[in-house]
Amino acid sequence: MITETLQATRTQSGLSEYTGSWGLAEVRHLLRRTMFGAAQADITYFSQKTMSQAVDELLSVSSTAPSPPVNNYNNGRVTDPDISFGDTWVNGPDNAALYGARTNSLKAWWAGLMINQDRSILEKLTLFWHNHFSTEITVYRDPIYGYNHLAMLRANAMGNFKSLVKSVTLDPAMLNYLNGQRNTKNAPDENYARELQELFTLGKGPDSQYTEEDVRQAAKVLTGWRINRTNYTSYFLPNQHDSGDKTFSSFYGDQVINGQAGADGANELDSLLDMIFAEEEVAKYVCRRLYRWFVYYDIDSGVETDVIEPLAQIFRNANYNIKPVLEALFKSEHFFDVANRGCVIKSPIDYIMGLIRQTDIVLPDSSKLEEQYYFWQIAYQVCAGQQQNLLDPPNVSGWPAYYQIPQFHEIWVNTDTLPNRNQISDILIIAEVKYKNETMKIDAIRVAELFDNPGSPTALINDWVNYFYTLDVSSDQKEYMKSLLLSGQTKDSYWTDAWDAYQADPTNQVKRDTVRLRLMSLLKYVLNLAEHQLS
Amino acid sequence: MKRRDFLRTSAPFTVLPFMMNGTPLTALGNPKIMNTLSRAFVNTDHVLVLIQMNGGNDGLNTVIPVDQYSNLSKARSNIMIPISKVLVLDGVDDTGLHPAMTHMRGMFDNGKLQIVQNVGYPNPNYSHFRSTDIWNTASDSDEVLYSGWIGRYLSNEFPNFPDGFPNSDMPDPLALQVGSVVSTVCQGVSVNMGMAISNPTAYYALLTGNYTSSPSTHAGKELDYVRLVAEQSNAYGQAVKTAGEKGANKSSKYPTEGTNRLADQLKIVAQLISGGLKTRIYVVNINGFDTHANQVDATGGTENGSHATLLGWLSEAIDAFQDDLEQLGLDDRVMGMTYSEFGRRIVSNFSLGTDHGAAAPMFLFGKNVKGGIKGSNPSISSTVTVNDNLPMEFDFRSVYATLLKDWFCLEDTEVNSVMTKTHQQLDLLEDTCNTSSAQRAELRKSGNASVMNYPNPFVDQTTIRYESDGGHILIQIFNPQAQLIQTLVDDFIPEGEHEVIMDATNLAKGTYYYRYQRGSYSQTKPMIKVR
Repeated sequence: MITETLQATRTQSGLSEYTGSWGLAEVRHLLRRTMFGAAQADITYFSQKTMSQAVDELLSVSSTAPSPPVNNYNNGRVTDPDISFGDTWVNGPDNAALYGARTNSLKAWWAGLMINQDRSILEKLTLFWHNHFSTEITVYRDPIYGYNHLAMLRANAMGNFKSLVKSVTLDPAMLNYLNGQRNTKNAPDENYARELQELFTLGKGPDSQYTEEDVRQAAKVLTGWRINRTNYTSYFLPNQHDSGDKTFSSFYGDQVINGQAGADGANELDSLLDMIFAEEEVAKYVCRRLYRWFVYYDIDSGVETDVIEPLAQIFRNANYNIKPVLEALFKSEHFFDVANRGCVIKSPIDYIMGLIRQTDIVLPDSSKLEEQYYFWQIAYQVCAGQQQNLLDPPNVSGWPAYYQIPQFHEIWVNTDTLPNRNQISDILIIAEVKYKNETMKIDAIRVAELFDNPGSPTALINDWVNYFYTLDVSSDQKEYMKSLLLSGQTKDSYWTDAWDAYQADPTNQVKRDTVRLRLMSLLKYVLNLAEHQLS
Repeated sequence: MKRRDFLRTSAPFTVLPFMMNGTPLTALGNPKIMNTLSRAFVNTDHVLVLIQMNGGNDGLNTVIPVDQYSNLSKARSNIMIPISKVLVLDGVDDTGLHPAMTHMRGMFDNGKLQIVQNVGYPNPNYSHFRSTDIWNTASDSDEVLYSGWIGRYLSNEFPNFPDGFPNSDMPDPLALQVGSVVSTVCQGVSVNMGMAISNPTAYYALLTGNYTSSPSTHAGKELDYVRLVAEQSNAYGQAVKTAGEKGANKSSKYPTEGTNRLADQLKIVAQLISGGLKTRIYVVNINGFDTHANQVDATGGTENGSHATLLGWLSEAIDAFQDDLEQLGLDDRVMGMTYSEFGRRIVSNFSLGTDHGAAAPMFLFGKNVKGGIKGSNPSISSTVTVNDNLPMEFDFRSVYATLLKDWFCLEDTEVNSVMTKTHQQLDLLEDTCNTSSAQRAELRKSGNASVMNYPNPFVDQTTIRYESDGGHILIQIFNPQAQLIQTLVDDFIPEGEHEVIMDATNLAKGTYYYRYQRGSYSQTKPMIKVR
């Protein structure tokens, strides 16, 4: 039983390295927060490591880019004249008639990367940066921009934050989305200059006191950047750059960025970023964003003092390298504090990708490309139906769950989305999603067989509760769960006998269905309880 | 996040992302709906309460064949009820009830209890799980069905469920499982038609708003939040709660709460019915009938023991419930049925118990049962051996078919499709059918759909009813392998409601899908050919 004293502990725990017990509960907590759901194979794997080794491994992200999305759409309704089925479209040529099909391919591909994620934080971190530097593909439209943008986020996800901001600034998708490409010396467009400060680096907390004039001056610094639509790069157009001096407010120490003419005008961006990144608020703001994503949304004064400020100091000392911050956070007493576990309401993506991974749903491999993409598409579309549409957050602020005071993560769950989540798990358990000869479904027997002793009702129920929930449930609840497995019988041995009979004769349909139907009804119940919404 | 209209979006199933070949089973979008408003019809107001006796009830010690007493005493001497203790039934010489069942004896004597002797099915299965599934799905012994007989009945009556439910025609759960495990009995053609009050505290939480406490941590705070949303999003929660508040019990025969768990459940059922809930099916249960050992008391006489306790609870609960219904003026509308997955062995074992058996008696109760005993006492041979079992006199599915016909007023063809086969019907109930097939056809439109079919499940043919806006309509039929096998409509159709009949005589049994396309809108739904 978690008590009030732990509540008090929580605000006192800081970034000291966690030295407490390192058992399954801790492994699961770490994996739930750094990956999409804690899948059994990953739990087993990381249980063999120490806490420190596990965190190190999760933070060691691959530098090899995944193979890019491909044409999965030459199926008669649309035909790509340049790219064959199975070949990638990310190198062009551009084809506006195929934006819909390629965007679908891109979103499905990204969902596939999440479902098939390796044992690292990379996928969740890339999604974090996508939310942080929010762009909407329905606005910039070209899926090749979208792919390149995503590849850039992924390549820099565990790199240097300042470099990442520079890359984002010059990224064609962003130049299009926030009108940077229309920012000219005669008619400056302030859109990007504003969001660069308000959303991407400084935030709008009380210690972020940049002024409207600073927005205007920054916009002038950023004039002249354009997109080369042929090779999907950005370039600097000196004759559209405002080469006058830019004078900033007292918040920036009245700093002046000297205007530069010709090609040298491009260098002003570095001066602007140097000026912004000199502000201590940048590190604090980004650490608060990371905290809200990976730990909990509520940042009280204790968390600010004991966690955010020291993390920000680490960030600055590391010249804005991201990894030391995450390492300190995930190895901290604060992260493993019992009072901070299980309190994140799953986002749709966390819910769906986690469900697929935890229930070990088997999807077709690349030899069945059309089917493979189809099920990935279902995965992202279901998330979109629950208000989390990959590559299409609602606006430049990203998803409200990560900034909207006071609800934050609670926004994900409402009277529309919660029944919808339960329908999804119900359908995957009871029915299936079918495409051609392939299906997407939860095999309840397979989920039981992830554990050592499915023939014991008590063991299986404890295993599933610990696997799918962050909180234990009452003994009444467990008794009820057992009655589902026993369909009202009172002896555990009836389940054990039925399970053993199935194991001894697994191809016997009646024996198989006898255990399958009972496991389905238990699993449906387990996944429908409120506890399953927490991570 | 958009603010959403709570009432509009709080249906238990809003958008099913259940797809077939790329077509959502229920497509996104806002279909023009078949009108459900203000139709004047008389609903069938009959209610059936199913009492599941989990474990396998020992029928021979429940309804005791007095004329077989001698041979039976040899077969089960250690558990035999003393002849002097057997309850004598009014006007019946050769059959009596277990001594614990005084209340039900009273009901029998008043014509409110119907006994059906020796109910079972061919080739009995002795596994609790398997036999329970057989009873709930009404399958053959060697057949696996995935829908329950009640679920199929409700699918037939409410083909649009759950789209557009609850609605003014049917504002309440179609079926409620109170304090009962979720069983397949209410599983319909595509979705479960029942609402299970399955969380052990949820029912009381619905009535009282009280939940068990959460830890005082962030996680506890968020858990409370999700629970609150879960409660708000249960479309039927408020209806059940309102009925619970409006309803009341009148009988003083109910035992003290907590002393008879079946009586507690039935009391809630009576409360909900009296509160105006239109729910047609209630499922309750009482477990513990798996009396392998100490079925009777080792020292206190064979008329005592665990089986006596269970039968006493059953008897007391049913009688109090019936008394309540009468005082509430609901007895004309409500009847009950008990069932158990099997009876027990004729020959008892050495642990003062009985092992799994076959046929056993069923009870029907209520004002509208004919009363008395249907069938004969089983005949017990003097040479009965340990592996012998009672053969069935009546198939349990005959009882179900009779209830569908005489209580829920289905046509014979509908009974056959719900039951998946033709079964003998029995003369068990007074004629109380007050709902015409035309009225039931009207009620079928309840809910939202641009297309629906009935009957579903079906045998030889099914009618697909659809709506046209005056434009092009396409209706296709897909087989269980998702191959297109038939196009029923592919034309411009005048505005309004239309029907087309699909001939299924040559189709193999299985789940088929019909796909309806109107302009950019499309919907795909499952339907089951059962034979």
